[in-house]
Amino acid sequence: MIGQGVIGQAISRTDGPIKVTGRAAYSAERQDAGPTLHGYILGAGIGKGRVARIDIAAAEAAPGVRLVWTHENAPEQGPAEGIEGDMMDRTRPELASDRINYYGMPIAFVVAESFEEARAAAGLITVEYEVEAGAFALDGFGPNLNWRRPSQAGDIDKAMREGPVTVEQTYSTPYHFSQPMELHACIADWRDGHLHLYLTAQMVNQLTTGLGKTLRLDPSAISIDSAYVGGGFGSKIVLHCEAVLASLATMALGQPVKLMLTRRQIFTLVGHRPASISRVRLAATPDGRLTALGHDALIQVRTDDAWDEGVSSVGKALYASPNRLTRQAHQALDVQPGEPVRGPGELPGLMVLESAMDELAEKLGIDPVELRLRNDTQIDPDKRLPLSGRRLADCLREGAEQFGWCDRPTIPASRRDGRWLVGYGVASSMRGHYQTSAEVLVRIEPDGLVIVRSDMTDIGTGTHTIVAQVVAEALGVPMSQIKVELAHTKHPKGNGAGGSWGAANTTVAADRACAALRQRIAAVAGTSYNDIFAEVRRHFPDGLEERGRTLDNKDDPNYQTHAQYTYGASFAEVGVDIDTGEVRLRRMLGVFAAGRILNAKTARSQLIGGMIWGVSAALQEAGALDPRHGHWVNGDFAEYLIPTHADIPAIDAIMLEDFDDKANHLGVKGIGELGAGGTGGSVANAVYNATGVRVRDFPITLAKLLPGLPGR
Amino acid sequence: MKPFSYERAASPAEAVEAAVARPGARFIAGGTNLLDLMKLGIEAPQHLIDVNRLWLDTIEPTAEGGLRIGALVRNADLAADRRVRRDYAVLARALVSGASGQLRNKATTAGNLMQRTRCPYFYNTDMPCNKRRPGSGCAAIGGLTHNLAVLGVSDACIATHPSDMCVALRALDASVETVGVGGRTRSIPIADFHRLPGDRPDIETALEPGELITAVTLPAPLGGVQLYRKVRERASYAFANVTVALVAREGQMVRLAFGGLAAKPWRVEVAEGGADPDLAADLALAGATPTEDNAYKLPLARRTLKATLAQATEVRS
Amino acid sequence: MTATPRLPVTLSVNGETHVLTLDPRVTLLDALREHLLLTGTKKGCDQGQCGACTVLVNGRRINSCLSLAVMHEGDEISTIEGLGTPEALHPMQAAFVTHDGFQCGYCTPGQILSSLAVIEEIRAGVPSHVTDDLEAPIPLSDQEIRERMSGNLCRCAAYPNIMAAIRDYLGEGA
Repeated sequence: MIGQGVIGQAISRTDGPIKVTGRAAYSAERQDAGPTLHGYILGAGIGKGRVARIDIAAAEAAPGVRLVWTHENAPEQGPAEGIEGDMMDRTRPELASDRINYYGMPIAFVVAESFEEARAAAGLITVEYEVEAGAFALDGFGPNLNWRRPSQAGDIDKAMREGPVTVEQTYSTPYHFSQPMELHACIADWRDGHLHLYLTAQMVNQLTTGLGKTLRLDPSAISIDSAYVGGGFGSKIVLHCEAVLASLATMALGQPVKLMLTRRQIFTLVGHRPASISRVRLAATPDGRLTALGHDALIQVRTDDAWDEGVSSVGKALYASPNRLTRQAHQALDVQPGEPVRGPGELPGLMVLESAMDELAEKLGIDPVELRLRNDTQIDPDKRLPLSGRRLADCLREGAEQFGWCDRPTIPASRRDGRWLVGYGVASSMRGHYQTSAEVLVRIEPDGLVIVRSDMTDIGTGTHTIVAQVVAEALGVPMSQIKVELAHTKHPKGNGAGGSWGAANTTVAADRACAALRQRIAAVAGTSYNDIFAEVRRHFPDGLEERGRTLDNKDDPNYQTHAQYTYGASFAEVGVDIDTGEVRLRRMLGVFAAGRILNAKTARSQLIGGMIWGVSAALQEAGALDPRHGHWVNGDFAEYLIPTHADIPAIDAIMLEDFDDKANHLGVKGIGELGAGGTGGSVANAVYNATGVRVRDFPITLAKLLPGLPGR
Repeated sequence: MKPFSYERAASPAEAVEAAVARPGARFIAGGTNLLDLMKLGIEAPQHLIDVNRLWLDTIEPTAEGGLRIGALVRNADLAADRRVRRDYAVLARALVSGASGQLRNKATTAGNLMQRTRCPYFYNTDMPCNKRRPGSGCAAIGGLTHNLAVLGVSDACIATHPSDMCVALRALDASVETVGVGGRTRSIPIADFHRLPGDRPDIETALEPGELITAVTLPAPLGGVQLYRKVRERASYAFANVTVALVAREGQMVRLAFGGLAAKPWRVEVAEGGADPDLAADLALAGATPTEDNAYKLPLARRTLKATLAQATEVRS
Repeated sequence: MTATPRLPVTLSVNGETHVLTLDPRVTLLDALREHLLLTGTKKGCDQGQCGACTVLVNGRRINSCLSLAVMHEGDEISTIEGLGTPEALHPMQAAFVTHDGFQCGYCTPGQILSSLAVIEEIRAGVPSHVTDDLEAPIPLSDQEIRERMSGNLCRCAAYPNIMAAIRDYLGEGA
């Protein structure tokens, strides 16, 4: 694949062959450190309180055991830090006190010669607890709430009073877990005063600050290598206990230590998407112009770690309304800290808001697509800036056409296909476009190889491939002569994979590095050369390298003049079993406008994957927290349901030809969250259309549908 | 997982002898349930007796016109057996509605009978559970009980039995053949094989210490339309909310059993024989003690029965 | 401190014989990953709930996490490493690449081994939950394949693309 026109093409992943043959080594599979010792964590068996007594004698005496740590004998670490400042930079001391702040919190750590020995020894530790009453249930809106993130215009209370058509409803969304297929894992190898980590992480350089402070090491003494990452979805962004404990152990023992969390531990030792309760208020004129849009959200947090899931934020800029109020309040519970989970804020937020829009459309007697079109805007209602790339209407129109929306049953519960009640639903998607400062190095070797270096990770996002495509186009060299080296702290720092910003950051910086290289070559060879490698050989016999950089949003003038988002519309057809209430997706289409698409194949895959997250958020996923003990009742893959093959029919995603010149010079934005965005809402609305039953407490399960289902 | 010693038994008699001789011994065949529970510390055998090489993996006709299914016949093989598909469709359908292809390739007939509950409080060793530690209490009562039992529960336990296969076996009046101490063999009717919790939920079956399942016997075929309807919250690879095993003839419910409702497959014989599913549901579900979380199972069981009977009638016509 | 007792076991993996001495607690999955360094077989849950550890034992797919290594003396075990190489992909592996039947790649070896086994199971007449007629030949329909692939979870949710890959493979003359 040579030169122009490489960007955007549906090129197969360059790391495909090693992944499909099992040759890609994920963190716990790395052999770089040689044979390792094995760690195992014992988690607290209560939700809140303290360790009154812990006896490790039997564990210490067990075969193969090399160390057993509790709060009584663990190495001293940097103290826990407050919630001010960047969550990425905080310390994460483990086994630092007798306090138990959440169920499953590490209270002991065993290292042994084998995994079997470590796990068995952990089982020999006896613990006595002092149990304290914890707060484990989200109550709902109480009085005296401390409202945060308010975005306001006009007088929403007045507009709601005046109507004339209003919707005011309460919705709730549950805890979600990212649960990537690769278990969180770390091999730590302390060697000659340097700490080498093979860690499953979405960002690498970012982790060295907090880890360094925790371990009392200079960040420069820490290397992190995350060459292959088996999915992240937000759960591998912040520092977790596996990195800290494996590091402490290798530093104490002088031998490499491997620590892989168990699947059940990932439900407690890695954060979740907080549960939320929303009150949505909408008012409209009879012809469907919104006069009020309100979204109050109550978000679960921890007192000492306020990950603020932005459930209400999507209402700021999705539709125009003269009277508007979005805000959120917190309720602190005694569970582990919340963390980013794919589609933070907008996945639950859009599911709620777009359900309410569907309720309004029905009250108005206006087609749900039409209602959304009537409230489109070109000005960001919150920032009061022009919106760049605002193509929500295009997505809705194209989707309606391609999906056959005109065939939608206009009366709920009116269409049958055998035992199935059939319904259609639509919802809008939106996701902010973010860019941060990032640097990428591109080096041309005289022998005919281009090397790209960045600490960006490829968590299944296709980064290896899209970066090579951009560089191939920029330098006019074949993909086969480009080597993309990622995911190591030794490479130039970007912002990793997360928040849908990795693709734009990395490719824009890579393209700028290529531009600088072309300039350097042009300065000595002109611009009409045929073989870039020949020119490099002639003029730069040692090779030639340049670094390209992107600006952080706050330094980017375009970001001050234009509000930047990506957009989409999703259309779902579901069947609901008239007897049992089982819901099955029948087909689904997403249409997206997300800037220039770098690779039509990998982008489509990622969007479809995101859409399936929306499907399962609407129908299946919900972390169940025991309100008495504070533990996750359904903390495994048999009980926390994510979709299987059988749940997912053919799904398609259409990417509109797009280019957002305000985002960056490549016109590129992110797509990682966008697919998940409003998809849940389209499924929820399709269920209502099929059954006439509106479930406002997600997910929509058969038990909630049954009471309202029509008879046979 | 605690250390254990391991041996391979060469004959059923040898396996039984070993089990009696070694305290804390357990038989292991497919291992798909036992190993999971051992990793979590719920089961901690000191000695494992591998019974996979006992040649109990054939399906033979019986003199009574039924089938004798070896204890080690894998779930996938049992479902694929031509005679089972033809004459015992409810069993074939129940088998393939459970677990995944991989698990069905490994799980055995006897192991499926011995499957333990998926009650999430049983699975969490930090919680009291009368099954795991008799007398410690039941954390499920008063907890999140969405998929726990509504029938046959006790103050000590509200767990459900997870098996699909056993529901079909109950509808078919299977019996469980065993060999015990001293080579004593017996045949346990499936109705008596699984126990309701009562005040000893840790005692789940009628097996005695060391007793080994050697086969499951099916009586002569019942004929009729045989259906197994499993209702669950995802399309596959999930435990049931409710299941219905139904053998119907001319619109009459010849056999009827429910899964997902109790600590054992739930069959109420007086509910059978009629053509009115509402009446059958009234009789079968009488005495239910649901919680707020799982009360949905009662209307769901009724609706599923109606739908399954209607389907049986359609198949016939 | 007493040593952990170990047992000799001979494993035949991808046609190669390995003589090991293992703690009887070692699962087949951990024997492959930790002792034979065949890390293509993935640990996704270690509980039989995800299918990432799928291998073929005597031609049949199982979850290697729920089986002890010592129970596999004499069995022929096939893992992803025995299927194709990056330079010479098996046609199913090539179809997964062409149709982007994965993103992160972690569940992929299990998906690929399962997809090959599923085709054999359908051809052998093993029924599934969605098989209407238990006595007729079973069609290689999308519905049958999806149901049978459901023991392999994919959190990237590459399901539609995996189906496209399997269909392509079947079309290519399997």
